[in-house]
Amino acid sequence: MRRIRSITVAIAGLAAAGLALAACSSNGATPSSTGSGAQGAASEVEVFTWWASGSEKLGLDAMVSVFEKQHPDVKFINGAVAGGAGSAAKDLLQSRLQANNPPDTFQAHAGAELTDYIDAGQIQDVSALYDQFKIRDVFPKDLIDLLTVDGKIYSVPSNIHRANMVWANPTVLTAAGLDPAAKYATLKDWFPALDAVKASGKTALSVATTWTQVNLLETILIADLGATDYAGLWTGATDWKGAKVTTALTDFQKLMSYTNTDRDGLDWPDATQQVIDGTAGFNIMGDWAVAAFEAAGKTAGTDFTYFPVPGTDGIFDFLADSFTLPVGAPHEDGAKAWLETVGSLEGQTAFNKAKGSIPARTDAKATDFSEYQQTAIASFAKDTIVPSLAHGAAASIKTLNAISDATSKFTTGASDLAAFQSELATAAGK
Amino acid sequence: MRRTRWPIRRWGPPVLLISPSLAVVGVFVYGLLAVNAKTSATDIHTAAQATGRKPSVFVGFDNYVSLLGTAAFQHSLKNLLLYTAVFLVGTMAFGFLWAWLLDQPVRFEGVFRSVYLFPMAVSFVASGVVWRWLLNSNQDTAASGLNRLFQTMGLGFLQNSWWNNVSWGIAAIAIPAVWQLSGYVMALFLAGFRGIPTELREAARMDGASEWKLYRHVIFPQLSPVALSAVIVVGHMSLKAFDLIMSISKPANYQTKVPAIDMYVFKSSFDYADSAAVGVVLLVIVAVLIVPYLVHLSRAEKQS
Repeated sequence: MRRIRSITVAIAGLAAAGLALAACSSNGATPSSTGSGAQGAASEVEVFTWWASGSEKLGLDAMVSVFEKQHPDVKFINGAVAGGAGSAAKDLLQSRLQANNPPDTFQAHAGAELTDYIDAGQIQDVSALYDQFKIRDVFPKDLIDLLTVDGKIYSVPSNIHRANMVWANPTVLTAAGLDPAAKYATLKDWFPALDAVKASGKTALSVATTWTQVNLLETILIADLGATDYAGLWTGATDWKGAKVTTALTDFQKLMSYTNTDRDGLDWPDATQQVIDGTAGFNIMGDWAVAAFEAAGKTAGTDFTYFPVPGTDGIFDFLADSFTLPVGAPHEDGAKAWLETVGSLEGQTAFNKAKGSIPARTDAKATDFSEYQQTAIASFAKDTIVPSLAHGAAASIKTLNAISDATSKFTTGASDLAAFQSELATAAGK
Repeated sequence: MRRTRWPIRRWGPPVLLISPSLAVVGVFVYGLLAVNAKTSATDIHTAAQATGRKPSVFVGFDNYVSLLGTAAFQHSLKNLLLYTAVFLVGTMAFGFLWAWLLDQPVRFEGVFRSVYLFPMAVSFVASGVVWRWLLNSNQDTAASGLNRLFQTMGLGFLQNSWWNNVSWGIAAIAIPAVWQLSGYVMALFLAGFRGIPTELREAARMDGASEWKLYRHVIFPQLSPVALSAVIVVGHMSLKAFDLIMSISKPANYQTKVPAIDMYVFKSSFDYADSAAVGVVLLVIVAVLIVPYLVHLSRAEKQS
């Protein structure tokens, strides 16, 4: 009896000791793994993105092949996280930064989305790299301004997208009795065309879940307010409660009435696919949609057409991806090597040819790119550039979330236009 | 005499044995609960405050007051209530019905049991993707999923917008949840039925009880502990509902917001204080359900 008891004591003691050991070793492992003699070394670089599939992955692969040529001694480690149009990656990134375990470099939208990381002291000033790589003058000034806070530049842009584009299916338009080559100067001109498509039994305007509705909303705000007043919404110069915003929201409400009822369960590829398949006439989406048309073997001009959202011709609703240098990056020199490739003409050309976006550098040769990209490059050079809301360029994540909530509430019918407008005004103040 | 000199010999070994799990639970459950509650009482609403670059101050219950005062959070709570009601009633009703049917002498009972229990083996995320297609809200010519099925069966009037209805949409998401968990409730009830000795039924019948009276006065009272356990298990799962809603709908969709989704959205916009406050609210709601049950259990144990 006594022996059994002492055995019990021994086992329990062992278990407790084992636990204590496990606790010690896990404590000990943390500093050694982050500081395993490779502090700042250029032996490898972990590049954290949400480019895990489709044209985005092809773009990343093309960038990596240039990187391997330019920096053969640095090993590229793909830290791409798939899922949720980047939301899965952003969640993981948030917890890694919080735990002081950052990747060597990560993808972030240029503009207000960067401010959270800057305020939190999580990314470094890379102005010195701009001088070192001699890239300070190769980017448009509007773009550099969006990456700059208090005179410091915080990331290197890789590509530019345009968010205010309409994609259309000429076959559907012809069947509805419309001229597929028609141009619509204003939203008012466009509504009869939408009515015609609706009357032909097709979805007039395909849209997907909340963020694509926010994308739609921002293009309508640009159309009805114009570039200056739209930009003023984000600086406080334009009154959210003003009559022009009311007009824009009324137009937005009207446009939503042309859309598919299953929108909230879809993401952008599903909505664009409806135009590709000919079940919808029009779709408003950023120009990454062109990759979806090309992947489906469609030819611009005959199988699909595109034009800026009516009322926004001459305005480039822009968003950009960029790469950062996190504070405490385990392989800082590796990250700098990656940023050099991102900023290089060769890297940007290879990346954007595959991804379907346009290079952030103004010295890229337009003839290297597809028909759509050439028009985008031309527009980007001469248009007024405004920041996109839905893609983090115009407002912080918190404001964007609040605007998304208000938009979803409105489009599901839980709030009326007046309530929507006052909720947007509150949201923009966050 | 020896006992009083060495009391540690009596309680030492058991305490040592449970100490590892006590320590782990203490740190990772109760310790982190305390940290969460502390965060919820601060003004950490920005990324800079979350990393400690900017100061944060103690604000007491301010976050709770403002949170519970917003129409958006009240909508989430209303959704949670509706979801739980449909989920609970649905699983209990179907679970009991299937158990009752299987308790009758049927052939291939094992096969049926597996068929009903099987959906539970599917993860909410996987079944959510399929149910997103089934619960497509398009109607008439564009209909697909269940709406399409209704059409081809000539039941077109049953078509509806499912989870896209702003008032009742969340109840549609409870349908897959009912489908998945009814089998589990069935297994519980079936075990309950089998635990009732045949003698009792025979005795009741000998005494001239009708079938209804037999159920009312003999079977149901003996099933009530099972029913209570089922309600607790399903109820707390329902309150934590997140993965199924995330995979059918999207976090930004207003019609399907519940507190767990709010918590996620707050967290992703670096609003750690409000996120933690939602967490505490959820904990309190679950506690309201679980604690009386635990008290009831410990009383029952003492009595027996």
